[in-house]
Amino acid sequence: MHPFGTTLTDTDIRTLFEAAHGWEARYKELIKLAKQLPPLATEHRIEANAIHGCESQAWLVSVQDKEGIWQFHCDSDARIVKGLMAVVLAALSNKTTEQIQAFDMDAYFAELQLLSHLSPSRGNGLRAVVDSIKQSCK
Amino acid sequence: MAPDIPNLRRDFPTLAQIVNGHPLVYLDNAATTQKPQPVLDALNHYYRDTNANVHRASHALSGQATRAFEAARGKVARFINAPAPEQVIWTRGTTEAINLVAYSFGMHHLQAGDEIVLSTLEHHANIVPWQQVAAATGAVIRVIPLTADADLDLDAAARLICSRTRLLAVGQVSNALGVINPVKQLIAMAKAVGAVVLIDGAQAVGHMPVDVQSLDCDFYVFSGHKMFAPTGIGVLYGKREWLEKMPPWQTGGEMIKSVSFEHTTFGELPFKFEAGTPNIAGAIALGAAVDYLSGLDRAALARHEHKLLQQLLTGLAAMPDVQVIGRPQAGSVSFTIDEVHPQDLATLLDMQGIAVRTGHHCAMPLMQALGLDQGTIRASVAFYNTEQDIAALLAGIHKAREFF
Repeated sequence: MHPFGTTLTDTDIRTLFEAAHGWEARYKELIKLAKQLPPLATEHRIEANAIHGCESQAWLVSVQDKEGIWQFHCDSDARIVKGLMAVVLAALSNKTTEQIQAFDMDAYFAELQLLSHLSPSRGNGLRAVVDSIKQSCK
Repeated sequence: MAPDIPNLRRDFPTLAQIVNGHPLVYLDNAATTQKPQPVLDALNHYYRDTNANVHRASHALSGQATRAFEAARGKVARFINAPAPEQVIWTRGTTEAINLVAYSFGMHHLQAGDEIVLSTLEHHANIVPWQQVAAATGAVIRVIPLTADADLDLDAAARLICSRTRLLAVGQVSNALGVINPVKQLIAMAKAVGAVVLIDGAQAVGHMPVDVQSLDCDFYVFSGHKMFAPTGIGVLYGKREWLEKMPPWQTGGEMIKSVSFEHTTFGELPFKFEAGTPNIAGAIALGAAVDYLSGLDRAALARHEHKLLQQLLTGLAAMPDVQVIGRPQAGSVSFTIDEVHPQDLATLLDMQGIAVRTGHHCAMPLMQALGLDQGTIRASVAFYNTEQDIAALLAGIHKAREFF
């Protein structure tokens, strides 16, 4: 288990980034968040879970429990990408389909001053992760 | 005399901007170069004042457009010392030029058991079309390996290039590592066994003079946008005997002599390879880029670029956790940093206004051969880069390393 979506929610992330002044502080925060997201087990780092359109290797695992709550786990070999994924998981993991579909990811990333990373042209796979999550719980 | 780089930079409007709060340091020139004002003016002038289709109508604008379009072909021919303008075929770029040769020459002139010799350093554009040819004809692809220094292994090449070799297709300068390949020796080896040679000059034309007759290659291909011209225009140079023998690849308008529903007669060179309305503005602007470059002291610019590469290599050598890949000589320097993913470094450089490229650089087989799963960070210079750009990159790398 990881803390994102349970003990670390999007509200916590917003607070963290509000206190982070300047790009250096924001990116150091992302790298710290990446450290709190445990690596995916080797058996999950497979082609079926791979996120494409990414300059780094990245994976996403989705599970829905009996109550309809989704748990997501991501990993990437690039740390800033992994930190950005943690930011996404804080908002979308441990949520219902309705909560996930209703979440405004662009507004959230804009508030964190990380919006450029959501661009599909960015090559970090983050948009693909968000789209894949929203797709998997349609 | 040393070139006046600050003055030349003023010709490139894109360079004078602030990115993420910092003056832009553009070191992704191997991906595409910036465009000087005369190239932008040529594009603008064509669409504003001339815009007409070429080789078609008898009206004044069409005549102007055709003259400018064909004058550009002549400029490019002189630029690479092609014997005649009609041996310069316009394409969308290097990739389309290689595809043209692969489909028009490869599919018709290769057969089962013939060998196509490529190198480990090749860009995907000089691998994948030949794989299609091999799959369709039964030809076999052979690959020149690297030495321990990541240079092409000439001894191995001498063993690989043999009587079965029908085609040698290699890059003049590696896009991923900035290595200048010994194309003269390779061409001589291929000629000795009667093989046809294609040289991918995409990464050479922006950095060094090219003379296709002195190289004695059968085909030479490059893209305008890597030599300060627009995207979407490129060149296939070919020896006349081959271009005349090869059938058209794409067919349609512009390339015909006569068409009836029973029979079509194809046009002469170069038009038989230029189906459809060409990139007229792009070709004219490529001509403008050739004029621009020809007005500069290119030897002095090459010395300046060489100094920048040495400054970068010296700076990187002082960082114990940095490994430079191979022996860069022109344009690009590829490196890795222990424990730092290339993409992370590029993100942190981008925040400092520094543009570099990361990943496999469209050369996955090369990255596999070098055991570089995460690819590399590639900084690539053009003559308009400065010592300050390199200093900013080195400082930027230093700052980025502190994040991890």
